[in-house]
Amino acid sequence: MTPDTVKALTSADTLKKAAESSSDPSWIMHHVMDSNRISFGPLGSMQLPHLQLFGFNLSITRDIFIMWFVSAVLVILLLIAARGYKRSLVPKGISNFFEVIIDFVKNEIVKPAIGKGYEPYMPYMLTLFFFILFCNMFGLIPLPNLVVVTGNVAVTASLAIISFVVIQYTGMKQHGVMNYLKSLVPSGMPVMIIPIMAVIELIGLFTKPFALCIRLFANMVAGHIVIFSLLGLIFIMHTIYVAPVSVGFTLFIEMLEILVALIQAYVFTMLTALFIGMAKHIEH
Amino acid sequence: MITGLFLSVFILAAESGGSIIDVDPGVVFWTLITFIVLLFILKKFAWKPILTALDQRENAIRESLDKAEKAKLDAQNVLEQNQVSLAKAEEESKKIVEQSRQYAEKLKEQILQDSRDQARKVINEASNEIERKKDAAFDELKTQVAEIAIKAAEKILKENLNEEMQKRIVNKYIGEITKN
Repeated sequence: MTPDTVKALTSADTLKKAAESSSDPSWIMHHVMDSNRISFGPLGSMQLPHLQLFGFNLSITRDIFIMWFVSAVLVILLLIAARGYKRSLVPKGISNFFEVIIDFVKNEIVKPAIGKGYEPYMPYMLTLFFFILFCNMFGLIPLPNLVVVTGNVAVTASLAIISFVVIQYTGMKQHGVMNYLKSLVPSGMPVMIIPIMAVIELIGLFTKPFALCIRLFANMVAGHIVIFSLLGLIFIMHTIYVAPVSVGFTLFIEMLEILVALIQAYVFTMLTALFIGMAKHIEH
Repeated sequence: MITGLFLSVFILAAESGGSIIDVDPGVVFWTLITFIVLLFILKKFAWKPILTALDQRENAIRESLDKAEKAKLDAQNVLEQNQVSLAKAEEESKKIVEQSRQYAEKLKEQILQDSRDQARKVINEASNEIERKKDAAFDELKTQVAEIAIKAAEKILKENLNEEMQKRIVNKYIGEITKN
């Protein structure tokens, strides 16, 4: 494959990108990566303001913008659902939809994973689940700006950081700081092994949320890269006859992505709940 | 070719400065803030009312089920009580009927006995009366027969005792005497 092949890609956006740097086939990455521009399809695009604070670049990027949009939608829908319960305890309309998921999170994820005293974690767990689910689902809508926010590793890293804080806070609050740290090393170990075990367990504390972060990010971004690649085949091969195959496979991947969006929201929440439960009920 | 595409995507992406696994601290900062704000807003305005409502409904359903169970139990008790009292009433009525029947039987018996006694007494009196009347009639008949006989004898004697007859009778008696 030569850069010329790539240059000939016919998507408007891709063409433009290809024209800018003739030897740059990173147009796929351009789609899945964060940027400072927000585009409105045929209506043009807008440069987001640059913001520098405390020596950090705190600009509002495209992903943050979309994240706010998704959050706003989530808040509005949930407020409507919550208002339904004020009128009567019998759910109606959108409340029904949310109730099924809330019930699922409560009875299938949080209750079995955390066990007794799970109630204070419900708001966090529900927010986490719905935030990830909505970000994943909005990422599936093929509009110029509805990128998958959870396909940004910084976003998933932030979620993992919050999970990490909640897990450690739970353990320390439940057992006291010293007891909790001591309990990280399994008892009944030979004295010689304890330092090694301590290091391993300490690393383990960080690998858990790290795995959460990478799992969600990789799953979400992978699906989108596959979709872009499949569609890119049409332009790379210079023939319209590939289109049915590409579109067919894209449709299939898109379906799969719906499943993945659900599963990843479930897995992230489930594992966080599980780690909280483990921190709460340490085996002595 | 496809593999080449994928490879070039990653390699060139890394070369062109930005990589998709770069963690942008700005995004982390805003995500943390967004998530925490979202958590507080949803906790206050969505999760609390919804979870409370769900709990309330759960309790309401459990209470109604309990109530229904209790009502069922109550109904069963009432039914049992009713059955018991019904059985009692039936027994009572049977007893009453039996008692009245016995009473009636006794009364009947007594009335029969009374009337029989009465009848016998009446019959006895009547037969006594008849006997007495019969005796009286018989006595009267005897006197009347004797009178009639005497009168008849007188008549016969007056009309039929002539000379020739007297002679024959005397002769007859004389003959009898001689024979003896």
